[in-house]
Amino acid sequence: MVNTGFTTIYWRDMIRYVRFKTLLISSLVQPALWMAFFGIAMSASFDRLTTTVPTIPGVPAVGYLTFMGAGVIAMTTLFTSLFGGITILFDKNWGLMREIMASPVPREHIIFGIALSGMTKSFIQAVIIMVFGLFLGAQFFNGYTIPETFIAILGILLFVGTFSLGFLFLSAAISVSLESPEGLQGIITLLTMPIFFASNALYPIDAFPEVLQIISRINPLTYLVIGIRYFAVGDDFQSIGVHYTATSGDILVSYAALVIFALIMFSVAWWRFKKAVVT
Amino acid sequence: MNDTIIEVQGLEHRYGNFTAVDGISFSVKKGEIFSFLGPNGAGKSTAINVLTTLLRLQKGSARIAGFDLATSPGKIRESIGIVFQEVTLDRDMTCWEILEFHGRLYGMPRDERRARIDELLSLVQLETKKDALTKHLSGGMKRRLEIARGLMTRPKVLFLDEPTIGLDPQTRMRMWEYIKQVNREGTTIFLTTHYMDEADLLSDRISIIDHGKIIITGRSWELKNMLGEDLIYLETSDNDAAKDILRDMAGISEIRTKSRGLILVVNEDGTRLLPSIMEHLRTRGVTVTTVNLKKPSMDDVFVHFTGKELRDEGPEKPSVAASRSRRGRK
Ligand SMILES: Nc1ncnc2c1ncn2[C@@H]1O[C@H](COP(=O)(O)OP(=O)(O)OP(=O)(O)O)[C@@H](O)[C@H]1O
Ligand SMILES: [Mg+2]
Repeated sequence: MVNTGFTTIYWRDMIRYVRFKTLLISSLVQPALWMAFFGIAMSASFDRLTTTVPTIPGVPAVGYLTFMGAGVIAMTTLFTSLFGGITILFDKNWGLMREIMASPVPREHIIFGIALSGMTKSFIQAVIIMVFGLFLGAQFFNGYTIPETFIAILGILLFVGTFSLGFLFLSAAISVSLESPEGLQGIITLLTMPIFFASNALYPIDAFPEVLQIISRINPLTYLVIGIRYFAVGDDFQSIGVHYTATSGDILVSYAALVIFALIMFSVAWWRFKKAVVT
Repeated sequence: MNDTIIEVQGLEHRYGNFTAVDGISFSVKKGEIFSFLGPNGAGKSTAINVLTTLLRLQKGSARIAGFDLATSPGKIRESIGIVFQEVTLDRDMTCWEILEFHGRLYGMPRDERRARIDELLSLVQLETKKDALTKHLSGGMKRRLEIARGLMTRPKVLFLDEPTIGLDPQTRMRMWEYIKQVNREGTTIFLTTHYMDEADLLSDRISIIDHGKIIITGRSWELKNMLGEDLIYLETSDNDAAKDILRDMAGISEIRTKSRGLILVVNEDGTRLLPSIMEHLRTRGVTVTTVNLKKPSMDDVFVHFTGKELRDEGPEKPSVAASRSRRGRK
């Protein structure tokens, strides 16, 4: 027997994704709403403030909407991925996890299947935010040729995918160790605050107090945002008075950080799944 | 040994320092329907969970479908089907999707899977519910779907943990028919139940289990016969004459007089003795107007061996006719 267990888990999770129309629509509309309301409101005030800040000559400037667009993609990916493991908890409650655990499917396939579907959801959301952002006037891919845009989108998805895997593994590890979906919700709330705000998603980290700077440098979200900005905006730009540059070396390091994070999270998930007893 | 499909030796399972399964040994032959009959908390589900690899094997050994539980749990998983005690269906998937998902989990090729789904949906009469979400099924339909799922991969052994729990009498009876049909098609069945009638009517052999131990194993009639006597109730044209005639007949150990008839306590197989009793009375000119043979019931057996009543009875008691027809099988 060829074991394609993870595709089965994936298939079933996607069935559920498209079946719950309200959940599906809200997951697609929510990031767009963030862009629309938060983005427009914040950029209005930031852009007004930054008119007082002298611009750096010779460096292309982008508006705050463009700057935070990367942050919204990152944040949405974070939420979606952290929630990705909730299927496991529902399955534990409804007993389906037992069917899976009693089947010949190796346990790592359960992790991969869940991760793959979570990643797909993040891809869909990222694309929606990019399209909607462009529609709102964000300067993504400004001055790119078509092949360049294409490569940039692939680059963004690569970063988003790797990052989401890391948090999906974490979510799976937590979920398989818990009993109820409420517990996961509590943990997610605890985790998202520091991860989101101690990062460069909404504002530059240079002005942070030292402790926050350290946290933001070990924060995977920071590396995701660096990657997205590099591909979506460019390697040399200024926004809200801060000059951003990135070499391909920087990007490689950022990506490596995400890969390492994902690997660590996978081993945590694997360890939790090996230990899990579901009856 | 070739026709033994489940062989369990000294199986023990503890939760902390509570021993739920306490050193049980038994074997099941290929093609059998074998039951664990025991009250709530006897350790039936624990035993099933260990045998189906959901709980780790702590102590003892087991071979299922030719594979060792300790060394090849993966092979065992591929060879068995399971229907759990609790409903384990995704409420938001359709019947078809439930079966498709299961077939894919077990790596069945697509064409085989699709054909098997149609076959099974018609076996359990759920063709019309193919695209219905499982949350819209009745309890009995859910159970039937789960049995169909357990059969998807044509398992060598099907484990059924309390297959008819919470179902109404008609549905239970139909469920038994499905189980028998599946068994006739060659699947060995291991089931647990705390319903006397279910163990009695469905299984070839029964193990009575209590406090994690097997108290006795045997065919239902063997267990009943171990209690000894059959009971024969007679009404005749002349009860006093009949009593005199039968008093010295071999095999009858006691005759009790009732208001309208006699109860004969028989110390051998009552079904074999009855024709000669009738013949005997007829030649002496006594006409039998009513006859009734009562085997000791499973309840009697259970009380005898465990020393207690099962409080949680099945909705139906086994009838005399039913226990009699059991003798006809096998
Ligand atoms: N996870 C667990 N942790 C601790 N004790 C348990 C656990 N599961 C079962 N038990 C105990 O083990 C004993 C056997 O339970 P089990 O579920 O095997 O019984 P059962 O025969 O299936 O009963 P029922 O007819 O109610 O399903 C019970 O006393 C139960 O309380
Ligand atoms: Mg049980």
